[in-house]
Amino acid sequence: MIKIEHLVKNYGATCAVDDISFEIAQGEIVGLLGPNGAGKSTTMNILTGYLSSTSGRVSVDGINVLDDPLEVKRRIGYLPEQPPLYLDMTVEEYLIFVYNLKGCTLNRSKHLEEIADVVKLTDVYHRLIRNLSKGYRQRVGIAGALIGNPPVIIFDEPTVGLDPKQIIEIRNLIRTLGKDHTVILSTHILQEVQAVCDRIIIINKGRVVADELTENINRVASGNNRYHIKICGPQREVLSLLKNRSDVAYVEALSARDGDAYVYRVESARGLDIRKSLFFALAERGYAMIGLEALGLSLEDIFITVVDKTDGTPEKKQEKGNRKGRSSSVEKDLAQSILDATAEKQENIAPYVEED
Amino acid sequence: MFAIFKKELRAYFTSPIGYVYIGIFLAVSALICCFTTLQQASYDTTAYFQYLLFAFVILVPLLTMRLLSEERKTKTEQLLLTAPISITGMILGKYFAALVLFSGTVLVSCINFFPLISYALVEQSTSTTDAHIGPVGGQIIGCLIGVLLIGAAFIAVGLFISALTESQLSAAVISISVLIAMMLVGAIGNLTTSVFLKTVLGWISVLSRFDMFSMGLFDFSALLYYASIAGVCIFLTVRVYEKRRWG
Repeated sequence: MIKIEHLVKNYGATCAVDDISFEIAQGEIVGLLGPNGAGKSTTMNILTGYLSSTSGRVSVDGINVLDDPLEVKRRIGYLPEQPPLYLDMTVEEYLIFVYNLKGCTLNRSKHLEEIADVVKLTDVYHRLIRNLSKGYRQRVGIAGALIGNPPVIIFDEPTVGLDPKQIIEIRNLIRTLGKDHTVILSTHILQEVQAVCDRIIIINKGRVVADELTENINRVASGNNRYHIKICGPQREVLSLLKNRSDVAYVEALSARDGDAYVYRVESARGLDIRKSLFFALAERGYAMIGLEALGLSLEDIFITVVDKTDGTPEKKQEKGNRKGRSSSVEKDLAQSILDATAEKQENIAPYVEED
Repeated sequence: MFAIFKKELRAYFTSPIGYVYIGIFLAVSALICCFTTLQQASYDTTAYFQYLLFAFVILVPLLTMRLLSEERKTKTEQLLLTAPISITGMILGKYFAALVLFSGTVLVSCINFFPLISYALVEQSTSTTDAHIGPVGGQIIGCLIGVLLIGAAFIAVGLFISALTESQLSAAVISISVLIAMMLVGAIGNLTTSVFLKTVLGWISVLSRFDMFSMGLFDFSALLYYASIAGVCIFLTVRVYEKRRWG
């Protein structure tokens, strides 16, 4: 549906997007994730034809953005970071304007009614946009993007500035839309992509540093070796017992306690499941294990790992030359630090930028 | 394009700017009419239209200052530029909205001639000769066409300047300065002694082309001249947007 090949965008001397390539299939919900200034918005702006690329090819539904921009724009509904609203219009007037602007041919009153229903705007339909709260304004922006029923919908940071309830509503809405649209959304909130997207593309400093299905990332994140364990018994003895085990890589007593139980943070040696053996070892000594909580590797950890790796790379030219080597080493680092290196999981880590 | 045209025209009336513009225009034109004809006891409307042109220097920027600068400031241009319409269509939609409001107001201001005509009718009925008394229709129509053409050119200039800045105020101030310069070029030419300079400045002067219209003659070269000013400015405005996209 959407194909981006070797996209580069320079603003004068600064390079906002540096050779990004990815493909999005029909019906996917893809999250573009990255710190502020990573190039997410620029990529989206190029995709929607608001900006043009310095080099590279962008096509939607097989149509190149440069060849037939209007046809591409017709297929995309776009909600920019700041919803483009005319404050002196009512919601209805605004939607009618967008409807006319897009040259929409669907039955107007029916179509607008449906959209207002989907994004829950019916209550404020006749109010001035100026008087609406941020959450409602965001929804008006989303409604605008949905007009004309475009197959591709692009949201740039759709939940910024909303309260938690609104965030949940908007996320649900995006999930609903994903059923019959291709959706791209950008965010720097990890939970958001985790909650909404099928696939996550992590961008940093204008490059794709990871491109992975969400379920794989979740699996990676839960394939962990760290636990919070609650054990009854004198802290010093338990601690020394844990420290002396060969399958425990790291142990730390935490300040939390529960009656006579203390909480320990235990990290097992790589690739070993210590839970069972530890339970019996403790039971043998008469220390009861009354709680065990697996600490999944959070997306934050994954994100920071990936982003730090790419931040560390020194010179740009050099990077370009060694692109292949670099990205595969990132892959390896990611795999090592995140996975217990099982073959199956490694297969799931797609190459980040390379397309041979 | 039609959607943008409609939206812009509507925007003039949902904000004070349209009313302010129409109000000032009608008040100023009525005053000018009063001073140049009734007070002078004259039926000659040439002076009226010439003074009116100077009022445009202030009035036209009122119409054009927000057209593009506001969209840029509030980021709503993102909606327009990602919608399936061409940049030219967007610019033309805005241009014609301003032009229609402008022309409409000019036509409404023709009520200024009613007192003149009614005076003339009274005078005619008491007159003993058959000679025509009152404002000359050809002159008025010629001048109206001239005024509308100059307005069309001025609006394009203002539109272009509005594309260059995010601030309505600077758009207005710059537009006023540029329009003043355009008006005064001919006058400056008259001050110089150099024939060459005089010819060149007279040639680019906006006002010198107006004279033919005030004689009731339709000057095709003037039409071309004003239309090309408008065309060039609209073209440049489109280029500004293209350039920004590629920048």
